[in-house]
Amino acid sequence: MFARLWRNSAFRFGILVLLALLALALAAPLLGTVDPSAMDSAHINTVRGTRGEFALLDGSSVAHTFWMGADNFGRDIYSRVLYGTRTSLLVAAFTAVLAIGLGAVLGMLAGYFRAVDMLLMRVMDGMMAIPAILLAIALVAALGAQLWTVVVAIAIPEVPRVTRLVRALVLTLREEPFVEAARALATPTPLVLVRHILPNALAPLIVQGTFIAASAVLTEAILSFLGLGLPADIPTWGNIMAEGRVQFTQYPGNVLFPALFLVPTVLAINLLGDGLRDVLDPKFAKRI
Amino acid sequence: MSGPVLQIENLRVALPGGGDRAFAVQDVSLSIAPGRTLCVVGESGSGKSVMATAVMGLLPRELQAVAGRIVLQGESLLDASALRLRQLRGKAMGMVFQEPMTALNPVMRCGDQVDELLRAHTDWPAAQRQQEVLRIFERVRLPEPPRMLRSFPHQLSGGQRQRIVIAMAMILKPALLICDEPTTALDVTTQKEILKLIADLQAAEDLSSAVLFITHDMGVVAEIADEVLVMHQGRCVEMGAVDAVLRTPQADYTRMLLDAVPSMTPPAPRPEATGPALLAAQALDKTYQSRNWRGQRRDTHALREAALAVRAGETLGIVGESGSGKSTLARCLIRLIDPSAGSIRWGDAEVAQLSESRLRPLRDRVQVVFQDPNRSLNPRRTVGESIVEGAMNLGLARAAAMALAEDLMDKVRLPREGLQRYPSQFSGGQRQRIAIARALACKPDVLVADEAVSALDVSVQAQILTLLRDIRDELGLGVLFITHDLRVAAQLCDRVIVMHQGRIVEQGTTAALYADPQHDYTRTLLQAAPAGIC
Repeated sequence: MFARLWRNSAFRFGILVLLALLALALAAPLLGTVDPSAMDSAHINTVRGTRGEFALLDGSSVAHTFWMGADNFGRDIYSRVLYGTRTSLLVAAFTAVLAIGLGAVLGMLAGYFRAVDMLLMRVMDGMMAIPAILLAIALVAALGAQLWTVVVAIAIPEVPRVTRLVRALVLTLREEPFVEAARALATPTPLVLVRHILPNALAPLIVQGTFIAASAVLTEAILSFLGLGLPADIPTWGNIMAEGRVQFTQYPGNVLFPALFLVPTVLAINLLGDGLRDVLDPKFAKRI
Repeated sequence: MSGPVLQIENLRVALPGGGDRAFAVQDVSLSIAPGRTLCVVGESGSGKSVMATAVMGLLPRELQAVAGRIVLQGESLLDASALRLRQLRGKAMGMVFQEPMTALNPVMRCGDQVDELLRAHTDWPAAQRQQEVLRIFERVRLPEPPRMLRSFPHQLSGGQRQRIVIAMAMILKPALLICDEPTTALDVTTQKEILKLIADLQAAEDLSSAVLFITHDMGVVAEIADEVLVMHQGRCVEMGAVDAVLRTPQADYTRMLLDAVPSMTPPAPRPEATGPALLAAQALDKTYQSRNWRGQRRDTHALREAALAVRAGETLGIVGESGSGKSTLARCLIRLIDPSAGSIRWGDAEVAQLSESRLRPLRDRVQVVFQDPNRSLNPRRTVGESIVEGAMNLGLARAAAMALAEDLMDKVRLPREGLQRYPSQFSGGQRQRIAIARALACKPDVLVADEAVSALDVSVQAQILTLLRDIRDELGLGVLFITHDLRVAAQLCDRVIVMHQGRIVEQGTTAALYADPQHDYTRTLLQAAPAGIC
């Protein structure tokens, strides 16, 4: 299975970039970073590449190279970007899992039990009518800004689409002879869903999950950029860019460096999804 | 015209690496003279369709003709450019495919689809083209040609659609007509008409086409062929005039194929089963309701007043064409769908109106084997998990169920190690054995087989029929056998029910019914079955 995936160049590129980012995020403390929230008034707007001493809050100071410079509060951009990778990857993964999980449950209910189908899908249609970003903004505003509320706020607008996808899959799968055979074998309905329908709907779901993860990275950045995302003390690519925006003409690096990480991340997740789809989806599979 | 229309010399088509053999087609030679029909017979995977696609120049990119020559009217096709091949297709060779619904464009009117061909290959004005289309529609005996011009494919019956495809293939009077299983998707009565049409068109003086006819059905061969080429594993095992091959086959494989074809004559009747009915239905109705946009109700009667009883040790056959209601009846009987009215008894329990949860404890009484073994097994569960599922649902412990599964693998003559493997690692016939083992794991009183051998090659079909017969006799099962194939029914069933348009039109013991059919429809059906071989 993995060998087949590895032969797909899109998948290979995507997974390598993501693994590299994951390694960066996990190893951030070891890569010459300082506390991303620490401010050193001596280094306000230091230009990139400067070597110097970074004064920590407890009075001590460490030798430090400002690879990407410092912002207008004297915080080290390089440290903030690396620690921001953690937030972005966390948000991406949690959002994908939550949206897929909720969507899978609702979609299976709607697809298998015709009685709830009508009601459920009209609710989903209603949610789809609201632009995703507006719904997310409203949810964050209502729930307050924390990691889990941001994840919920980004995941909820994705749920209707996943539900639709799962419902469509279930509608075809429930007519498959092996599902009918399971019913004839006296398999209880919840087991029919979990054993026979879900595993056969999983491949397209995983693919959809990667696309949700990619858009979650962007949406989180947008929310942070608008000042609605995570609290300011948690560095994310979005709020680094938002704070850098005011000085963009003098210090463009404050916006461009996080963007330099954001773009390949989204690209890598999308390519990963493309590769997975090409390999897992039987419609694209070559006959052997 | 003189000389053969089509000549193939030592054709070799390579398969991509990793397949079960190196060549899809290996050293096959043939030639067809004008006005003659060559039937290529073989089981699935024999390379017969690959050869036909090679002639058309439509081989997929992974397959390459690596040696040999294909010569159409003196022109080598393997050397021809893509452009030249496009000119030849339609004009010099016409094609008829298996499934007319997918061969036709569903969003284009039939007239336009035929017209498209004329526009591509001629410079006739629109009026003349339409005249020509109407003329060919008349020739393929489509009713009301002007109406057919404006119809969409889905508005026509399967037979009419196949006539449209034939019209497209023949309108430019090609020298070669390639038919790839053109009647396999059709009912027997329709099949007979289409075969006659192809034979008549070919014999017509202005056409006198050569026909390359691909089929797996020996009955069809007997009906239409002048010469026969038998293929097996990509090689030609036997070639000759139809009478010689069918009456005095030389190759063992041909003999095996011919022997595997069930005879139309039922064997001597077995003693009649007495005893209580294990599965019985009375006055069973199934009506589908639909509403149009104004809310008016439209009823479709899929099944009307069906009644039957299956006893221990006997096989009851249900035969009928597609749309006759035989599958609806089967699915009602195993309660996969709810009947609209009537009674169904599984042994002593009345189950017609029971809810799914109340049915579950009774599911060990009636089990089912479906038509397509590729789809009736969950591809993501091992064979063992599939087999024990029913037994465990009905209360058997895991260890006992696994032991039972091993016994059943012996019974259906598969290796026990197969329990750990996935269905995709088995062939179609083996998968059908697994499906039978899975049904038997519930220890049912009655086995319902819904077209259980229809998707299988004829030699595999014979093995599965033997297996079903053995299991029935060994376990004393009642078997309800649903099929469209009168030959299979003749060999396996003690009694036969004939269904037509949702009703049971005739029933009786197999011998009596085949010897002296009472109902007109039964007579039509029996006459339409492809001619006997011996």
